[in-house]
Amino acid sequence: MNRQPFTETFPEPERYELFEEPRYQFDLDRRDFLKVLGGGILVCLLAEETPAQQPPGRGFGGARPQDISAWLHISEEGKVTVYTGKVEVGQNIRTSLSQVVAEELRLPVDSVRLVMADTDLTPFDAGTFGSRTTPDMAVQLRRVAAAAREVLLDLAAEQGKVERGTLTAADGKVTHPPSGRSWEYGQLTRGQKLTKTVGAGVPLTPPERWKVAGTSVPKVDGRALVTGKHQFASDVQRPGMLYGKVLRPPAFGATLVSADTKEAEAMAGVVVVRDGSFVGVAAPNEYLAEKALAAIRAEWKTEPQPSDRELFDLLKKTAGAGGGGGGGRGGGGSQGSVEKGLAEADRKVQATYTIAYIAHAPLEPRAAVAEWKDGKLTVWTGTQRPFGIRSDLVRAFGLPQERVRVIVPDTGSGYGGKHTNDAATEAARLAKAAGKPVKVVWTREEEFTWAYFRPAGVIEVTGGVRKDGTITAWEFHNYNSGGSAIRTPYAIANQRTTFHSSRAPLRQGSYRALAATANHFARESHMDDLAHAVGMDPLEFRLKNLKDARLRAVLEAAARQFGWGKSKPAPGHGFGLAGGTEKGSYVATCAEVETDRSGGVKVVRLVTAFECGAILNPDHLKNQVEGAVVMGLGGALFEAIRFANGKILNPRFSRYRVPRFSDVPILETVLLDRKDLPSAGAGETPIVAVAPAIGNAIFQATGIRLRSMPMVPNGLKG
Amino acid sequence: MASVIELHVNGVRHRVETDAERTLLSVLRDDLGLTGCKYGCGEGQCGACTVLLDGKAVRSCITLVGNAEGKPITTIEGLGKDGRLHPLQQAFLDVGALQCGYCTPGMILAGVALLGRVPDPAPEEIARSLEGNICRCGTYTRIVQAVRQAAEAMKGGAR
Repeated sequence: MNRQPFTETFPEPERYELFEEPRYQFDLDRRDFLKVLGGGILVCLLAEETPAQQPPGRGFGGARPQDISAWLHISEEGKVTVYTGKVEVGQNIRTSLSQVVAEELRLPVDSVRLVMADTDLTPFDAGTFGSRTTPDMAVQLRRVAAAAREVLLDLAAEQGKVERGTLTAADGKVTHPPSGRSWEYGQLTRGQKLTKTVGAGVPLTPPERWKVAGTSVPKVDGRALVTGKHQFASDVQRPGMLYGKVLRPPAFGATLVSADTKEAEAMAGVVVVRDGSFVGVAAPNEYLAEKALAAIRAEWKTEPQPSDRELFDLLKKTAGAGGGGGGGRGGGGSQGSVEKGLAEADRKVQATYTIAYIAHAPLEPRAAVAEWKDGKLTVWTGTQRPFGIRSDLVRAFGLPQERVRVIVPDTGSGYGGKHTNDAATEAARLAKAAGKPVKVVWTREEEFTWAYFRPAGVIEVTGGVRKDGTITAWEFHNYNSGGSAIRTPYAIANQRTTFHSSRAPLRQGSYRALAATANHFARESHMDDLAHAVGMDPLEFRLKNLKDARLRAVLEAAARQFGWGKSKPAPGHGFGLAGGTEKGSYVATCAEVETDRSGGVKVVRLVTAFECGAILNPDHLKNQVEGAVVMGLGGALFEAIRFANGKILNPRFSRYRVPRFSDVPILETVLLDRKDLPSAGAGETPIVAVAPAIGNAIFQATGIRLRSMPMVPNGLKG
Repeated sequence: MASVIELHVNGVRHRVETDAERTLLSVLRDDLGLTGCKYGCGEGQCGACTVLLDGKAVRSCITLVGNAEGKPITTIEGLGKDGRLHPLQQAFLDVGALQCGYCTPGMILAGVALLGRVPDPAPEEIARSLEGNICRCGTYTRIVQAVRQAAEAMKGGAR
């Protein structure tokens, strides 16, 4: 088993779903908070009770045991500031959350400021993952903003001595139509020191009446990004700051026998830290830090480790040995009798699918700046779990929680890959020793090696089908890659689905859509095989076995846009489709591929239909769909982590291929806006149908069924 | 060994006392505070560190600072003029050609270098020219659109 040099965590196959930690409370009481913010009005939203209620901490203001999940402040000048523990990693929630607040407060978007992911200022949040921002946080912020609007109406009724019911809030003002009088919000909040705590019962503006939410508002912080002004965590500079580097083991599982640091210590301006298995240096610039690190002579004891060649055998052989994480949490289940269903089938198809380890490779690698001041530690870092990183630091340094502050500037992407950030602890350890702020930015090679990977997996599927196209039996076993979207959405009377947790040879964790990609790849490839076995059109076959109206709708929408069934592919070309659902949203993808005699495969066109309830921002949603599809291309076609003996063999962009301009086909996106349904998150699910749609198109073009992701790392003849 | 190197960045002369073996990226970011150019890979494979050197797009992560001495350097901070965005910066905003924005400065500078060389590039040429720049968020199609929009805008002489 591989562990980071000095962390205790062992990542589970689906780390975030298993990760729980005590909820923390806002450290200041309400009056203190207004003291910090100045006067005005403060509206707090109580977190909803959940079945898995975590132990309550100190109450808000010491009075109530409940948790506060969001708060909103309107200053005496009428400035609106909303506080959320969520993190912006490129999914554009800074914009969408601003939109919903502006909507309820009847304001233009640029009048709303969002303070995000600062453990001293924002409410506790478990993390930005699982596509939860839109279904949870957006609703909470709508509530808190709607409640604030009601407070403003109360204040106007009081100040104007008019009937409250005759007042309306619009365009940043409360107006009294009968008298023509109006009050800017700042006029109402001036001189106030008002706090209000509200629960779930606040009525919300329904999507049919949205004016700001539901529109393609441009990215609110776009200008700072195109001008280079935005400071990512890796850009933060502090006075007197040093640059840190950490000594890495030569292989996973290696233990430090000895380290001779004399030469490094003798270098001018260099601080060397040796603490247990942690060895690191800090220097006035990065170049000197690298030189100092290189001057350390370390001896390591290594142990033999498995290689990627035996990966899939290993995952099968160790099924059930996955330990605490994952096992039994796979979302499987059964109904009817698979044996009986297979006996009723006219055709049976049995196959094994494999999924390689892949890396997130966020373009901003892990980075942190740590500063100790008056016994308090402040860390700027890029992560999807700001409060989780605070807990890491509290544990690592034995500090009380209020002595650690984690600030997460909008981050250079995550894709599920930044649930951890050991750079934070590393920078803090070095800064503590140096007595100066220290920045640690992981190299690309460190990011590829010491972060974590999307779990590899083996999936075994057996299906039985009658000649009329009815699926009579379905058996599905996933080894190690995870339980997300493991259950078939098709109506099958006899089915058995199981997740087997294996002993994973690499550190593995969350990734955009988790195992939903692997499970959809196996399922939707297999569906294609079953359709082929009974000579049915793949779309017709799916619809015949599908009751879920939302999934049917996206399949039909994608097919319509693609022109499915309207034409035959050109010689060497093939058409394929796939669909699925996860995290409350629905996707279908149609693919056209072109193959040539030398084994080359080119994806020509991808049409994606997506439905996630009421759309908050159509253009940003489209951007997410396109991005997920492009990212999906990499895992579908060529991305794979290669490893042997505890080493990653391709830990660089020159050896690990990610999608580039030339890989991108014609992309078409169809968005289905369901204003009658709650908004679901959209950053993940659009990735899941890409690989099977392409695989099915390759099958149509060539008759070759590819059952391993990546499918064509070396072309069809590889 | 430390020496004094003169850098001409965004029209300003800087005298930097540093080791000539350091990368241009590190000096721009850490010594001059121009953090718009980003570290992405350290091997010239991702383009996040792209700056213009003598008008050409170069990878500052594999350019030694000593080799940039005396030549005009443009970083993203120096691209706009008098508070106005360069047409390609504006096009990135109009088209929404970014998500996390970490690759954006490098993309824009690579695009500006292309437009300097080829004022009216076809989409295929844009894609080919920017092939060395990675956007992990996958906004490639939009980036091509943004470069096209800027090419159109610049035809009118808007720089």
